[in-house]
Amino acid sequence: MSFDLSAIAVFAAAIGAYWLLPARTRGWALLIGGGATLFLLQPRLPIRFADFVLPTGAVMLTVAGWWWTRAPNQPATRQDVLAVAILAGTVLLLALNRYLPGSARLTPSRPPDMLTLVIGIGASTLALYGVWLLTRRMVSPMARIRPLLLLIVALFALLKTEVLAIAVAGAWRGLAGQDVTIASALDLNWLGFSYLAFRIIHTLIDRTSGILPSLSLHAYAAYALFPPSLVAGPIDRADRFVKDFDALPMLARFDADRFARGGARIAMGIFKKFVIADTLSFGLSLNAVNVDQAVGTGALWLLLYGYALRLFFDFSGYSDIAIGLGIWLGVKLPENFDRPYLRTTITAFWQSWHKSLGDWARFYVFSPLTRAILRRERKPSSAVIVGIGHLATMLTIGLWHGVTVNFAIWGLWQAAGLYAHKRWSDSTRRWYRKLSETPGRKRAWTLFAWAITFHYVALGWVWFALPDVGQSIRALGRLLGIGW
Amino acid sequence: MTWRALARIALKTAILFILCNLIFVFTNGMTIVERLSLYNLVVPGRARLPYGENPAESYNLSLDSLPAMLASHTVARPKAADEYRVLLIGDSGIWGWRLTPDATLSAQLTARDLRSADGRRVVVYNLAYPIQALMKDALILDAALAHQPDLVVWFVTLDGFPLDKQTYPPLVARNAKGVRALIAQYELPIDPRDPAFVDAPGDLLARSIVGMRRPLADWLRLQLYGVSWALTGIDQAIAAEYAPLASDLDADPTWNAIAVPRPLTPSELAIPVLAMGEKLTRAAGGRMVIVNEPIHISRGANADVRYNSWYPRWAYDSYREGLERACGERAWTCLDLWDAVPADYFTDSPVHLSPDGTAILADALIPIMIPKG
Repeated sequence: MSFDLSAIAVFAAAIGAYWLLPARTRGWALLIGGGATLFLLQPRLPIRFADFVLPTGAVMLTVAGWWWTRAPNQPATRQDVLAVAILAGTVLLLALNRYLPGSARLTPSRPPDMLTLVIGIGASTLALYGVWLLTRRMVSPMARIRPLLLLIVALFALLKTEVLAIAVAGAWRGLAGQDVTIASALDLNWLGFSYLAFRIIHTLIDRTSGILPSLSLHAYAAYALFPPSLVAGPIDRADRFVKDFDALPMLARFDADRFARGGARIAMGIFKKFVIADTLSFGLSLNAVNVDQAVGTGALWLLLYGYALRLFFDFSGYSDIAIGLGIWLGVKLPENFDRPYLRTTITAFWQSWHKSLGDWARFYVFSPLTRAILRRERKPSSAVIVGIGHLATMLTIGLWHGVTVNFAIWGLWQAAGLYAHKRWSDSTRRWYRKLSETPGRKRAWTLFAWAITFHYVALGWVWFALPDVGQSIRALGRLLGIGW
Repeated sequence: MTWRALARIALKTAILFILCNLIFVFTNGMTIVERLSLYNLVVPGRARLPYGENPAESYNLSLDSLPAMLASHTVARPKAADEYRVLLIGDSGIWGWRLTPDATLSAQLTARDLRSADGRRVVVYNLAYPIQALMKDALILDAALAHQPDLVVWFVTLDGFPLDKQTYPPLVARNAKGVRALIAQYELPIDPRDPAFVDAPGDLLARSIVGMRRPLADWLRLQLYGVSWALTGIDQAIAAEYAPLASDLDADPTWNAIAVPRPLTPSELAIPVLAMGEKLTRAAGGRMVIVNEPIHISRGANADVRYNSWYPRWAYDSYREGLERACGERAWTCLDLWDAVPADYFTDSPVHLSPDGTAILADALIPIMIPKG
C-alpha cells in the first residue's frame, strides 16, 4: 500500500477507532500505529524479505535512538519495558502474516520465519548494545552519540548514492540467492527512513546540547514513528511534540472543531496533491523526456512553470494531509509551506518552502558550522562565514534528495542565491528605506523582486528535475533561446 | 465549530451535490460536455483522431466519445471559403502508425499545396482510426460529415470487410446506439443484438455525474493532453525498434477461419456498409472515392500461397474481384492501389507504411485529389 487515497481512507478509519479507545491508551495506540504503518506503507521490494527487514530496522533504530538520548541517569522504567514489548509484539505479530495467503496479508510480501527474525533482531540489538557499552563512558557527549549518528549518516549515504545502493542491493541479492545482475537502487526503497533519520539526528544532537527533555521510550517512539509524517514530513521537534503527546488523554473524545480543522486540511491536501499536482504530471511539467520534445522556448518555459507548480502542490498537498491527520490524532504538526512562490527574496522563499527541513538544516548544519568557524582564532570575514554556512546547508539539502551531481549543483545554485541576496540586502539597506517613501516605486520594485525570485527558483528546478548535467545545461540554454 | 454546524455543512454539500447531478441528468450534461473542447481554441487541434495505448509517452488516449474526438481535431475548425476539404477514412496505416504527424498521408498531401479544379486549396484531414472494420469507418464518417467535406477518400482492405467482425472494435461496441440507428436506417446485415455491443444503462444514476465519471475523466484527460500536444507536437509514442515484416511466410492458406480456398461471397463482406457510406457522403453534398489500400507483397518463401502474413492469395484475389465488381455495379469511384507501394516501404504490418512509402501513396492519390471539371 502506498500513501494514496485508499491509505488516507484507512488512516481516517483507524483514527475514528482511535478516539473510541479509553483516553489513557491513546499514546499506546499511536505507538502501535506508528510501528504498524512502517510495515503497511512499505512498498513491496524484489529482494526476499527486504520489505520486512527494512521497517524492522527502522523500529530498531528508533529504540536505539531513545537509548542513546536518554537523559543522564534516566533509568528504564516499567513503561519503557512495556513500550519495547509493544514494539516487538507489533513486529512479531506482523511477521505472522507469513502464514496467511497472499491476498490476506497486511505486509507487502511474505515475512521471514519467526526464528530467523528473532535471531536477526537479537544479534542486531546485541551489536548496538555492545557499541553503546564501548562509548557510554566517554566524557564528550558528542563522542557518546557519534556511533549512532555515523550509522544513520552512513545508511543515508548508502541509500542516496546510487552506486553504493546498487552494490549493497547486489550483495543482499547474492545472500538471498537471487539474480545479482538486476540489482537496482530501488531494491532498497526504505519507506520513511529519511524523515526518521532527521528526527533521530535532531534528538541525538539536542541531547549533546542538553536541550532535549527527558523522554520515555513510549513518547520517543510515538514521536519518531508518528504515522502521518512518516512518509513526507513535516519534521516535528521532539520537545514540541511531547507537549501534545502528554495532553492526549485530556482531549475531548468528540471535538467538532478538531474534526472540522483536520478535515479541511486533509481535503485541501487531497485537492492539491491528487487533483492539481497529478494533473500537472500528465506531461504538463518538465521531465527528462519532454525537455527534448518541447517545440520552442515558450513551450519549455510552460513545462518549467508546470514543474514548479507540480512540485509545490504535490509536496504541500502531502504536508496538508499529514497536518490534517495529525490534528485528527490530537497532534499539531509544524507548518511546512507558507506561500513560497509569492516571496520576493530567495531568503524569504527558503523561510517558507519546506520550512521544517529548512529549520532542521539551520539548527543542525548552518548554526553549528558558523559557530565553529567563529570559535576559530583566525576568523574569516562575516561574508565568508555566511557563504560557507549557506553552501554547507544547501548542499546538505541538495544531497539529501540523492547523491548526484545535479542535486549538488541545485544546492550550489540555492546557496549562491542566498549569498547574493545577503550581500545585496546588506549593501542596499539605505536605498531600500528610501524606496519605501515612494509607494509606487516600492510596488514596482516588489513586483520585479518577486519575478526575479520566482524565476531564479524555477530555473534552479531544472537541475532538480533532470537527471543529467548535459541535459540540464542544454535545457537552460534553450530556456534562454540558445541551442535550438 | 459545533457538530450542529458541521451537520449543516454536510447537509448543504449533499443537497448541492445531488442538485448538480440532477441538472447534469436533465440537461443531458454529457452531450454538452463532450462537444466542448480546448482544442482549436486554446491549443491547436489534433492532426489525427485521439488514439493511444500509452498515454504517459504518447500524450494521447483512446476514448469512446466521437463528438469529443472530433472536437479535438483540426477538422472542427470552420471551413475557409477557399478550402477544398478532403477527409481520409481508414485504418492504422492511414492514421499513420509509426509516423510523426508531419509524415502522415494527410500531412504529405496537404503539404503538396494542391488546388482543386475550381482553384480552392486542397486541405486533407486525417480521420482514420486504428483497427480494421468498415462499420468503425462508417461511424466516424457519419459524425464527420457535419464538417462539410468536398471529398471523402475511404481506404479499405480485406480485413475490414468480414461481416462477423464489424462490431468488435471498441469504438463500435461502445457507441451501440449510433451504430444500431445506422443498421436500422440502412438495413445493414449486422445483428443489432450482437453481444459485443455495450449498452449504456439508461437509469438516472448512470446518466449522472457519478455514473458518467469515466467518460468525464476521459474527456478531461483529452483536454489536458492537448496542452502536452501543443508543447511537444507528439501524439504517438514511436518505439525506436520494431519487428520488421517477415518475407518468408507460412504455407497455411487460412483466412478468417476459412482453411479451404474458395471464392468469397458477397454475403460474407460488408459491401452494404460501403454503400451506406457512399449514400451518406452524397447526401451531405460530398464525393467519395474508395481506395483499396496498398499491402505488403512478399517475395520470400511461400509467396505463391500468401501475399503477406495477413492475406492468403486466394482470399485477397477474391476480395479484389468482389470489390471491383461492386464498384462497377454501383458506379462508385474506386482506385485499386493494392500493389502501388514496393515491399521495402512497409514497417511493422502489411498496411503500415514508412514516410517514403506514404509519399509514394500520396503521389498515386493526386489525380483523384484534383479531378478535372
